This record gives sequence, structure tokens and C-alpha cells, in this order.
Amino acid sequence: MSLSVNIRKNLGAFKLDIAFESHDGVLGFLGASGSGKSMTLRCIAGIEKPDEGRIVLDGVTLFDSEKHINLPPQERHVGYLFQNFALFPNMTVQKNILCGLYREKDPARKKIIAADMIAMLGLQGLENHYPSQMSGGQQQRAAVARILVNRPNLLLLDEPFSSLDSFLREQMQAQLVDVLRIFDKKVILVTHSRDEAYQLCRNLALLDNGRILRIGGTKELFADPESRQGAILTGCKNIVDARKAGENEIEVPAWGVRFTTVRPVRDGLIAIGIRAHYFNPKAVANHYPVVFVEEIEEPFAWVITFTYAGQTKTSPPVWWRIPKDKKTEVFPQELGVAPQNILLLYE
Amino acid sequence: MDWYPLYNSLRIAAISGVIVFFGGVFAAYYVARLPRLIKGVLDVFLTLPLVLPPTVVGFFLILMLGPNHPIGNWFLNVFNIKLVMTWYSGVFAAAVVSFPLMYRTARGAFESFDETLSFSGQTLGLPNTYIFWRIRMPACRQGILAGAVLSFARALGEYGATSMIAGYIPGRTATISTTVYQLWRTDNSALAFKWVMINLVISAVVLLAVNMLEKKKTERWSY
Repeated sequence: MSLSVNIRKNLGAFKLDIAFESHDGVLGFLGASGSGKSMTLRCIAGIEKPDEGRIVLDGVTLFDSEKHINLPPQERHVGYLFQNFALFPNMTVQKNILCGLYREKDPARKKIIAADMIAMLGLQGLENHYPSQMSGGQQQRAAVARILVNRPNLLLLDEPFSSLDSFLREQMQAQLVDVLRIFDKKVILVTHSRDEAYQLCRNLALLDNGRILRIGGTKELFADPESRQGAILTGCKNIVDARKAGENEIEVPAWGVRFTTVRPVRDGLIAIGIRAHYFNPKAVANHYPVVFVEEIEEPFAWVITFTYAGQTKTSPPVWWRIPKDKKTEVFPQELGVAPQNILLLYE
Repeated sequence: MDWYPLYNSLRIAAISGVIVFFGGVFAAYYVARLPRLIKGVLDVFLTLPLVLPPTVVGFFLILMLGPNHPIGNWFLNVFNIKLVMTWYSGVFAAAVVSFPLMYRTARGAFESFDETLSFSGQTLGLPNTYIFWRIRMPACRQGILAGAVLSFARALGEYGATSMIAGYIPGRTATISTTVYQLWRTDNSALAFKWVMINLVISAVVLLAVNMLEKKKTERWSY
């Protein structure tokens, strides 16, 4: 099972230029809104037509501009879970799910498959409800059921949790993990939430302005995003201009400090990133005097902003997030960063 | 009392209503998908009968369907069918005049339709005709129903173009509206008043029926 995408589409001010290969498991698309995530999914599903390129799924060419192949969405066998779930408002849950079984001709079998899926997703008792009579979570489960009975070869999830409240979101995420395990097919999950991306995706593509910045293992990508935009997308709070000062040393002029790193510094370094929770008063390395600015309370952590003693006036304060139980009475005089926790950014 | 005008009016309105319903719905659906320039031109053309005086519409219809004019002449020669001054001439007049009402309301309904419903149907493998009749039409039914009723009511009351292309031949082309005019003109106000009342009752019944139908449907599901 594999998916190969190489497409370009000109949308006026915005140009989509996406190329990637993907094999089993969940692939995440992480990007800000307007980065081309949903447009890419739409091109794969056949709802939008790229200007040129090729899309091949499991050896079947879905789109090829040179060979003039453009399969209609009906023949692509690609499931698409829309942000608003797109349940048909004039049909009950059961009828909606039966729509996913349109290709199955035996009515008795249809009923059995639908009933099994209804049971599997905990929709019993809601069979005769209309979508407008159900909660967001129930609607999502009905939409997932409708897609799963359709047995697609590829499942596209377009920000599936964005319209749910935060409590429900965590429940649905857990449930989706189970469903994806049963589904056992290729999945692409579009999200702008780094938490979702980290929890649900084995591999991740970082999208920015219509192109893929980087694609790779989710954990490696978070550990080393390599680019400024990648650091922002993976949630890095502190990004600052820096330059190479040695094989394993960088200099941050705005902060007036030099840091040693574990990863060797290559030429062309433009910035570094330090995640807010990586500062540590007990760290031995990269220890510098700091000045307290202010603190903000979060449910389970404190966000403390500070400046380095030698920091320029124009440079914004640095963010430090510390769990509540780790916070000390007195603000430390010096803070350090472990050398392996400095993200080297080249773009 | 001769009931022919009632029968003829209902017959004309019903036939024109069916033609306009399908024609208007399909025009609305396809015009909405056209490139902007063609869409603009076609939109003006399809809406024009709404704002033109019915006599102007009638004039154009005679120019096309009259026995000495292209289409009318062809029909006369090939099928030996006369297109003007017959009862079904009223259908042409009613259909052309009421078409924009159906077309415009249907287009408004289609434009507010959530296209992701259609997309999700397509990705599930549903044929486009199924999506159109079973998902798009039900979702837009309020606007389409309103358009159908308006165009039916308009066809029922059509006078200007009808009088020009079908004329007033008692027992053959007379409709309620042309009868009312003839009766009033020949100083038979009492009978004219009867026909006015009949017309009022029909219109009220149609609107009432639609309101009730609508209420029943909204109870079943709501948006």
C-alpha cells in the first residue's frame, strides 16, 4: 500500500506545489491555515483538479495530467472526513451509513454491515436520529461509520477535531486511535494542532505556503525541525537569530550568550530554537544569569518570561514553562539549557 | 355558467408548472457552474421575461411561433400544428413568463447549498444523479418549493402574453384572466366578480397547502 503525490496548482496569489511518497500508517499534515493542507486532500480525493502532476494510490493512477487521467471521486475509493462531517441532513444516521454501502447490492448484507458498524462505534439507539438531533461527537462517529463501511483504500481526515470542544476532543482522539487500528489502511490527517500530530501520526509533513517543508518521522521532526517555520509549527516558543561560532558552538547576539550544542553546527545556520520547557536552573551547561520579567499561570504550569543579563532591549523576553510542582519560591539567578535541547535552524 | 376558463387555466398552469419546474431547476444548476462571463450573459437572458412587460414577451413569442415566422411555420409545414391561437399557446406564454421565478429562486437555493455534502457523497461513490435528487434537492427544497409555487401562481394569473398569443376564444383559449377582462369589457361585472373570487380561492388554497406541507416537513428535521 502506497501513495505517491506530485501535484501543482495555481490559485492566483497562492501556489500549491506538493510532492511526497507515503506508505503504511498515519501521515500527518501539520501547517497553519492557508498552507494548502486541505487543498492537497481535495486534489487527492478528486474534488479539486490539480493543474499538473500525478497521483498514484496502490498502483492505480488517480490523476495524471500528461496521460489525461482524472478519475472521478466515485472511482478513487478515497474516504474523506470533512471538518463539518457533511452528514446528509435529510437522512437518519442509518440512512447516512447505508449511503456508504451504495456499491453493496445485497440489501440484507447492507443491513448487517451497517448494524455492525453502528454497534462498533457506539451509535446504538441513534439509528433513527437526524444529524441535527445529535451532538458533535455523535455526528463525527456517524460520519466515520459512513466512511468505514465504504471500505476506502485511503482515509483523509480534514481537521477532524477542530469543531469539537476540548473535552470531547480528547475522547474522540482516543476513539479515533482505536478506529484507525481497525481500519489498518493508509490515513492522512490534516491538523494545525501539534498535539494531535504528535499523538496520532507516525510520520509528519510540515506544510508552509503551499509546499512541504519537511517530511519524516514525527519524533525526529519534533526533535530537529531544522527550519524556522518548522520550529514554529512544532510549537517552539523561543526562536532567535544565531550564528555559528564553532563545531559545536553557536552565538546568539540578541541574548549576548554562546551555547554549546550536541549536534554539530553546519554552515548556514540562521537561528536557534529552545522549547519553553527546556530551561533548567540545575542544568550544568549553557548557564547564564537571567532577569525575571513576569509570570502567567496555566492550569498545570507556570509560564515565566525572562531576559538574559546581556540581552538587547529590542529582543523579546524568553519563555520558560515550568510544571507547578517544580517551581521554586525564589526566581533562580541563572538558567541553563542542555546542549541536546538546542534546535539548530537553517532556513 | 361555463366552467371552461377554470379548466383551461388550471391545465395551462399545471403543464407550464411542470415544464418550468424542471427547466428552471436544471438551468439554475448548470448556470451556477458556468464560467463567470457566460453565466452573466445567460443569467440576464433567463431573467429578462421577469422584468419585460408581458406584451413584449407576447410580441417576441408571435415573432417566433406565428404561422409566418420560422418556428411556427416549420411546425405548420411538418406536423400541421398551429402554435398560436390554441389552448396550448397559453402554455408557451405562461411558461416563458413564469420561468424566471423558478430559475432565480432555485439558483438562490443552490448557491446556499453546502457543497461538502455533494463532495462527501461523491467520495462515498454515490452517482451524481443520486446526489442531485436525494441530497441536493431535499436540502434546497424550501427554495425550490417556493419557486414552484410562485411560478405556478404566476402562470395561473398570466394575461398579457396569453392574450396576444392565444387570444380570447370562448370554449377554446379562454382562461380565467382573459375571461375576467372580456366580461368586464362587455359590462358583465357580476360574472367577472364570480371569476375573480374563484381565482382568489385557488391562489389562497395553493399557498395554504404549501404552508402546511412546509410545516409538516420542518417538524421532521431542521437545520
